[in-house]
Amino acid sequence: MYQYTDFDRQFVHARAAQYRDQLTRNLNGQLADDDFRPLRLQNGWYVQRYAPMLRVAVPYGELNSAQLRVLARIAREYDTPTPELLKQAQATQDGIGAAPGPRLTTNVGHFTTRQNVQFNWIPLDKSADVMDLLASVNLHGIQTSGNCIRNITSDERAGIAADEDVDPRPYAEVLRQWSTLHPEFAYLPRKFKIAITGAREDRAAIEWHDVGLRVLRNEQNEVGFKVYVGGGMGRTPIVASVIREFLPWNQILNYLEAVVRVYNAWGRRDNIYKARIKILVKAEGQRYFDEVEAEYQRILADGAHHTIPQSELNRVSACFVAPNTEARIFKAVVEDDVEFGRWVKQNVAAHKNPELRAVSLSFKRLGYAPGDATADQLDAAADLADKYSAGEVRVTHDQNLLLPWVNCGQLPELWRDARKLGLARPNLHLLTDMISCPGGDFCALANARSIPIATAITERFQDLDELFDLGKIDLHISGCINSCGHHHSGHIGILGVDKDGQEWYQITLGGSDGSDLSGPSRASKVVGPSFAAAEVVDVIEAVLDLYKDTRLGGEHFIDTLQRVGFDAFKVVANAARHSTAKAETV
Amino acid sequence: MTFDILTSSPADDGVPTLTLANTVDAQSADLAGVQRITLDFPKFTDGRAFSQAFVLRRRGFAGDIRAVGDVLIDQLLQMQRSGFSSAVLRANQDAEHGRKLLRHYASFYQGDAAHRAPHFAVKA
Repeated sequence: MYQYTDFDRQFVHARAAQYRDQLTRNLNGQLADDDFRPLRLQNGWYVQRYAPMLRVAVPYGELNSAQLRVLARIAREYDTPTPELLKQAQATQDGIGAAPGPRLTTNVGHFTTRQNVQFNWIPLDKSADVMDLLASVNLHGIQTSGNCIRNITSDERAGIAADEDVDPRPYAEVLRQWSTLHPEFAYLPRKFKIAITGAREDRAAIEWHDVGLRVLRNEQNEVGFKVYVGGGMGRTPIVASVIREFLPWNQILNYLEAVVRVYNAWGRRDNIYKARIKILVKAEGQRYFDEVEAEYQRILADGAHHTIPQSELNRVSACFVAPNTEARIFKAVVEDDVEFGRWVKQNVAAHKNPELRAVSLSFKRLGYAPGDATADQLDAAADLADKYSAGEVRVTHDQNLLLPWVNCGQLPELWRDARKLGLARPNLHLLTDMISCPGGDFCALANARSIPIATAITERFQDLDELFDLGKIDLHISGCINSCGHHHSGHIGILGVDKDGQEWYQITLGGSDGSDLSGPSRASKVVGPSFAAAEVVDVIEAVLDLYKDTRLGGEHFIDTLQRVGFDAFKVVANAARHSTAKAETV
Repeated sequence: MTFDILTSSPADDGVPTLTLANTVDAQSADLAGVQRITLDFPKFTDGRAFSQAFVLRRRGFAGDIRAVGDVLIDQLLQMQRSGFSSAVLRANQDAEHGRKLLRHYASFYQGDAAHRAPHFAVKA
């Protein structure tokens, strides 16, 4: 992991102190709420349905065990509403729609698709204390919200993947530093998200980002970036375009300065739904590309101040050395134990180092919202990281935790420990390993609740034999068109919509996040008018039944869908209606 | 470069001034004879003027670049770093606290209009 220098540490503490000053002035009435809002947002503080929400930045998903323990402490000591607030919130939630109101959870950290960690109940007057606590382990909420360059995400297997050409983490860290408190880019037309991978398979959905970066080697073995621009979800899902096939690695900051500067000048500010860079790239096309190139040339002519020196790359790269691991022989007990074998097959991935494995802890299990971890579970994960993974975990895009440095010989012991904690459900990449936003249980933007839908699907599909038989399926749920649950890129997408104050759900099929399994990035298609909450699970089941009836050999769901065609699946999805069947649908 | 914080619109001091709209390309604006450029913040969350100021400084403009409009003390530091040299505060802003905020950070990661070299290029 990156090792913070004195400069880095002082910077995080200075940021926490700056935030405390802003909060104090707001609470004193010297800083109006409207003027404070963008400041708190750029420190990760939203105000949601019932309470503030904090989004803690986890740069490219990497956490150490000490940081996990501080997150556990925040969950335990701060993520607590007053009994009155919780009672009022629960009563309000219970009054929504026909679906039963699930019990609102507290004292929980939530893993997000952008590898960050969120809390839902911290009172705003405690927020500065929490920032100080975070700063004690080099954590913060810098630029996890607001119209600025957001926390940079990466491949959960960065630096350990067997299919990796170049470790992207040193570049991600240099980018993090460059984008942190950039004075010119704090008030862009809209948020700006960057994802980076160095592997052949895209596990970071880079083409769905404002800027996607693929670090690779050219034929001369030189390292550089393939640069994508203008991807994004929301109301207008657009897959990013390639703006540079190969940019020398040391020019990436100069080049991105041009990309963002032109966006800052040209991006629309008259309509929030048209303000992302994807709209600009779509509208201007080559004209935008030409202006970026012209601006890049001006930056170079001006002295190319942000050219990354080899010495700086070396300094940062030196932080990302693989930890020492004791070589042991992996005894294949896999065949002797069906359950262990399943877990190894599903939750354990190959590693650059043949003696090591990348192990996923599943946070997709009955009784918890997808990606939720209690304070005790966060502490337990920290213990597992210390015992098995050189003290490091990764928050994954799929809302799980990954242990990146597990010795093969310790897999059986890790499995037993994880199983006791309920984190060894062997469902990685299977139907119940779904992505879900917090939805209408917590989020002020949501049109409908996501968690009850996720729960209903998890309950319906509990049988492991059935899950294995269905195979790898990306199921993504968003509670509104903001698309935090990435429904556009799901093989099966679910989108919550609001109609006359009721919760309805659009079902979409055939999306791709750009992974090898899913094929080139593309948005899913809507099967028809929205469904009632109670119909959603039946629709999913009908769609999966058609898959089982028509698949050939070991064909995956997404491949059958592509081969058989969307229309056949659309027909069975709509035939599964019961409450919206004959009535006029929305 | 000094940074002047003004609490009310100053009287015309006769300095040849160009007012540049946010939609004008700062790269190609005619600066002949100009000693002050005012850039507008229609809302403090509209950041176009930050890029305009940076580009003007890069072009070598050495006169005053002044922020006007919805100017709050919490954005002064970003203005100074982007190349502004003066700012006229919106009403009800605490100028003294604003001056203090300008000194909050010792230094920054990236280069800016005031300090062109990023942290990685200046450290030992």
